[in-house]
Amino acid sequence: MSQFAINVLFVGASFALYIGIAIWAKAGSTKDFYVAGGGVHPITNGMAIGADWMSAASFISMAGLIAAGGYANSTFLMGWTGGYVLLAMLLAPYLRKFGKFTVPEFIGDRFYSKQARMVAVICLIVASVTYVIGQMAGAGVAFSRFLEVDATTGLIIAAVVIFCYSVLGGMKGITYTQVAQYIVLIIAYTIPAVFISLELTDNPLPPLGLFSEHSESGMPLLAKLNEVVTALGFNEYTADVDNKLNMVLFTLSLMIGTAGLPHVIIRFFTVPKVADARWSAGWALVFIGLLYLTAPAVASMARLNIATTVYPDMAGQVENVEDATTNPILYEERPGWIRTWEETGLIQYEDKNDDGRIQLYNDTEAFAPTAEARGWEGNELSVNNDILVLANPEIANLPGWVIGLIAAGGLAAALSTAAGLLLAISSAISHDLIKGAINPRITEKGELLAARISMSVAIVVATYLGANPPGFAAQVVALAFGIAAASLFPALMMGIFSKRVNNHGAIAGMLSGLAFTLVYIFVYKGWLFIPGTNNLADTPENWVLGISPLSIGAVGAIINFAVAFGVSKATAEPPQEIQDLVESVRYPKGAGTASGH
Amino acid sequence: MAEEKIDSTEYWKANLRLITGCLIVWAFVSYGCAILFRPLLSGIPIGGTDLGFWFAQQGSILTFIALIFFYAWKMNRLDKKFGLGE
Repeated sequence: MSQFAINVLFVGASFALYIGIAIWAKAGSTKDFYVAGGGVHPITNGMAIGADWMSAASFISMAGLIAAGGYANSTFLMGWTGGYVLLAMLLAPYLRKFGKFTVPEFIGDRFYSKQARMVAVICLIVASVTYVIGQMAGAGVAFSRFLEVDATTGLIIAAVVIFCYSVLGGMKGITYTQVAQYIVLIIAYTIPAVFISLELTDNPLPPLGLFSEHSESGMPLLAKLNEVVTALGFNEYTADVDNKLNMVLFTLSLMIGTAGLPHVIIRFFTVPKVADARWSAGWALVFIGLLYLTAPAVASMARLNIATTVYPDMAGQVENVEDATTNPILYEERPGWIRTWEETGLIQYEDKNDDGRIQLYNDTEAFAPTAEARGWEGNELSVNNDILVLANPEIANLPGWVIGLIAAGGLAAALSTAAGLLLAISSAISHDLIKGAINPRITEKGELLAARISMSVAIVVATYLGANPPGFAAQVVALAFGIAAASLFPALMMGIFSKRVNNHGAIAGMLSGLAFTLVYIFVYKGWLFIPGTNNLADTPENWVLGISPLSIGAVGAIINFAVAFGVSKATAEPPQEIQDLVESVRYPKGAGTASGH
Repeated sequence: MAEEKIDSTEYWKANLRLITGCLIVWAFVSYGCAILFRPLLSGIPIGGTDLGFWFAQQGSILTFIALIFFYAWKMNRLDKKFGLGE
């Protein structure tokens, strides 16, 4: 069977499964549509959160980011997992006890203000739309690589599949397809990693392999990797960073951003009890951890693999670096996976010194004298970070069905996150905007129809934007996490932990946190991300105190807290019934299932 | 009614104490061991690198998982003790 046929078989089978689940889990009420009926088991919910959370970025790009940045990019590993500790202790159980359908609904009720609810709706929509474009684009790329259709056709196929299970089943359909998608994506991610770990370290568990001996050289794997990358002019893989303030703030922004993302929070509304909300946060992090503990191993092993493929003499014990780097492989003798990925343009080769060999190194001024002495005239092989995970099975010489599995896994990661985001968007529109503001007397049936129509419109818009990505689409980390961190997370947390913060304080806090964060991002990345409109170049020398625009969400959150407390102190305290409401969300007793009334 | 009020205040205080303790550990392993104190831990070797690197790429994630389960378990006991569970 050809590789194409295998890929079609794997992807087709997984899609058939998702659609089968959709038909089985049809939503009959708004409660089914928004919170899957409220009876999801915590372990099931943990798995669904795992798939909801782990996007095309986690599946495809994260290992490549870590491989390129080494220790410095550990921020993604800690930031995208540490947020679950905050969710489990500061938000999820209390929001579950509150027992309504959406995140803006809590903000509107707790701060007794329609304006506060609308600010939350806008933040939710901007953050989620930014996020969903990346997922749709990711699905399009996966289709075009593995199924030989163009990206736009791939996108439309993806949209049709999402349409089937999310419009029909709402949260109920999404929950059970996410469970299936989690299983597909975690198998696809770990199988190639196990084989690579066995090949390099003889240890079948990648997280242990990462800290084991590299079998060919007898050195610890990370020491070997440091030796190889420094011989090629790169920084040590495990090198410490100088700018610790920025690293701390970036990690903090990712953590509180994670905790404030509405598509993750609403998953906690689907469990029967408050205690289940706590347990499902734990299970979610176990299921997420399986991938996040494998990713750094994949990163360092793939980076070592690529370097020693190009310089075979560097693989064993190295006596003299100059000797070991003189004989990189001939371009004509390059392995099959380099040929395959050259066709996609994600690996590019240019023989700059006409020696017919491949020179891969860090082409910087500092390294220029060494490179010149070796007769190198520039880096000749550019490898896109995103191929690491996708090319893993080929690098490790695994059979064709593993490649088919990776294709299905990448699509599962993109589709599951897209569906979760689309549900957050459509429920904000049908429940907060239509029922909450425009037509409060809408019937249950009317609202369910409105939810389905909003979902369909959201899918069409996301598909269009995925095919024609606007400038802000690439700024997911800055924009989506910045907004969630600076506006939603502080408002939710103060709503639970303070009885004193009132409507004026919450609105002023959200708006000032949001405005500060957006202005700081726009100054470096361009106003509304229009190229050329930035006031300062986005380089570390220009950043205030060395804080990058990606790390600013944490500062925005601090401003939000400070303004909210200040304004609340100066104005009247919330009415007694609101203080009673805060009291009631703090105690699990009498939670009942989530309701819209 | 008055008695229940005292109980629930105690419950909330116990919850806040537990959260504070857990978040100190949360910050210590990630911002502390993995980032700020990494130079101090550089003398402790692990698999070809230092303990700080291990915390950054593995140790903090494992600690986070343990923290959530510990919190959930403690809170269940607290819910029962104060009769506030469901």
